[in-house]
Amino acid sequence: MKDLNLLVRLRPVAFIAVLLAIWQVAVMRHPGQLLPSPWQVVGGLADLLRHGLLFKYVVASLFRVTWGFGLAVILAIPLGLIIGWYHRADTALGPVIEVLRPISPLAWIPIAILWFGVGDLSAIFLIFLGSFFPLLLTAINAVRSIPDVYVNAGRNFGLRPLDLIHRVLYPAVIPQLLIGLRISLGVAWLVVVAAEMIAVNSGLGFLIVDARNAGNRYDLVVAGMVVIGVIGLLLDMAMRSLEKVKSFRWSYSED
Amino acid sequence: MSTQTAGQHSSTRASTDTAKLSTHSLGMVFHRSGETIPVLENINLAVADGEFVCLLGPSGCGKSTLLNTMAGFLSPTSGEVRVDNEIVQGPDPRRIFVFQERGVFPWLTVEGNIAFGLANLTRQERDRRIAHYVQMVGLQGFEKAYPSELSGGMKQRLEVARALAVNPDMLLLDEPFGALDSITRLTMRHELLRIWQAERKTIVFVTHDIDEAVQLADRVVVMSARPASIRQIVTIDIPHPRDISSARYLELRDGIFAQIGLAHKI
Repeated sequence: MKDLNLLVRLRPVAFIAVLLAIWQVAVMRHPGQLLPSPWQVVGGLADLLRHGLLFKYVVASLFRVTWGFGLAVILAIPLGLIIGWYHRADTALGPVIEVLRPISPLAWIPIAILWFGVGDLSAIFLIFLGSFFPLLLTAINAVRSIPDVYVNAGRNFGLRPLDLIHRVLYPAVIPQLLIGLRISLGVAWLVVVAAEMIAVNSGLGFLIVDARNAGNRYDLVVAGMVVIGVIGLLLDMAMRSLEKVKSFRWSYSED
Repeated sequence: MSTQTAGQHSSTRASTDTAKLSTHSLGMVFHRSGETIPVLENINLAVADGEFVCLLGPSGCGKSTLLNTMAGFLSPTSGEVRVDNEIVQGPDPRRIFVFQERGVFPWLTVEGNIAFGLANLTRQERDRRIAHYVQMVGLQGFEKAYPSELSGGMKQRLEVARALAVNPDMLLLDEPFGALDSITRLTMRHELLRIWQAERKTIVFVTHDIDEAVQLADRVVVMSARPASIRQIVTIDIPHPRDISSARYLELRDGIFAQIGLAHKI
């Protein structure tokens, strides 16, 4: 049984190894400019490490995501809870949000540069926009979908409005908020790369455009993509681990 | 409460000045998408302190709405509800509403749920009450468990414990055992009677189950289909524990069956 488990666990690793092998063979059989080989990408990563750029750019990107996403969390969740609570029946703000939400954060790039210039602030602003609306909508819908029994039970035990928010609304929306946080962190990580291609001179997005512009270093381009993928995966795993907290997880185990 | 020994009488007006809970010409009308739906009509009912009253009626007749107005979650469109002779304006911890088992807070443990209404007590007193009510509803060993780890019957007992822990005068139960399997339901009825006899709370219990009503209640309030009004109030003059095969039990039960207009044969 143990051997079988090990085999099962090795399956994704084996699959990746097969893909890498196919990639390597394909590049060897059709040498050209279409794609660097896996070995060249590893070489690119080593280059980046040697020049101290990899660490610097990762930190720069994470720094922007932390601020942009953090500000969005701090503003969108309380605002969403309030809007959701006071507009459980009425939806005055809904149309405005619905119009703003489908506008890609990338469409804001010119305005971001106009307002904040080329630099961290622009990138942070774009990331903020990218995560703010999904989070706001999640919070609003989460409050609206709280079953009346919880609210009534809270009122029955004599809770005042502030206590009701703190002791009933907030815990009741956490499972849905966690999903919203996971999705919007993913969006933030998508947006940072795009923002860095245009609005700043550092970070993983900048690395990708810079490597191409400065001499078609596609090994560095793909290396940058791999790093973005791995860090995105790690961020998602970190968010998922929050869902394992027992007092957060209740809605998943509910029958 | 009553001195009537006759099994059935059709008075809907008990003496209201000594009542724990009373409704006065209570009416309720809902407005849905332009339509006006009368739900409750001219409900006059008095419940004595410590009495166990069942509201019995077909599903959707408005008996839950009546219970919600008693709790203060809904305001009647006409008439009023009085508790201790004061008009009910909103929910109050002195009368706790017990929902079906989904009313427990799933993000709190058993302890956390029971302690929910005890925030103002000292830690010592709070711990004492938690221990007391965990014991009373038989959830020892599950203090740290979350509701998702409990069975339906255990969740229901937890909700009763949470309600009792704040020491209310009155429990309002809305088809509390409706979602349970029939064996668990019987056990829960037994438990509820045991707790009622120990704590002597006033209980108003909504059900659509005739047997349940006759097994539990001092008086059964039989309600009509919507718009609900009181058809009849039946006093169940059998002492607990009730023998559900006794002639008197069957007579009272069959009387209600007939009253509701159900043939007693399948």
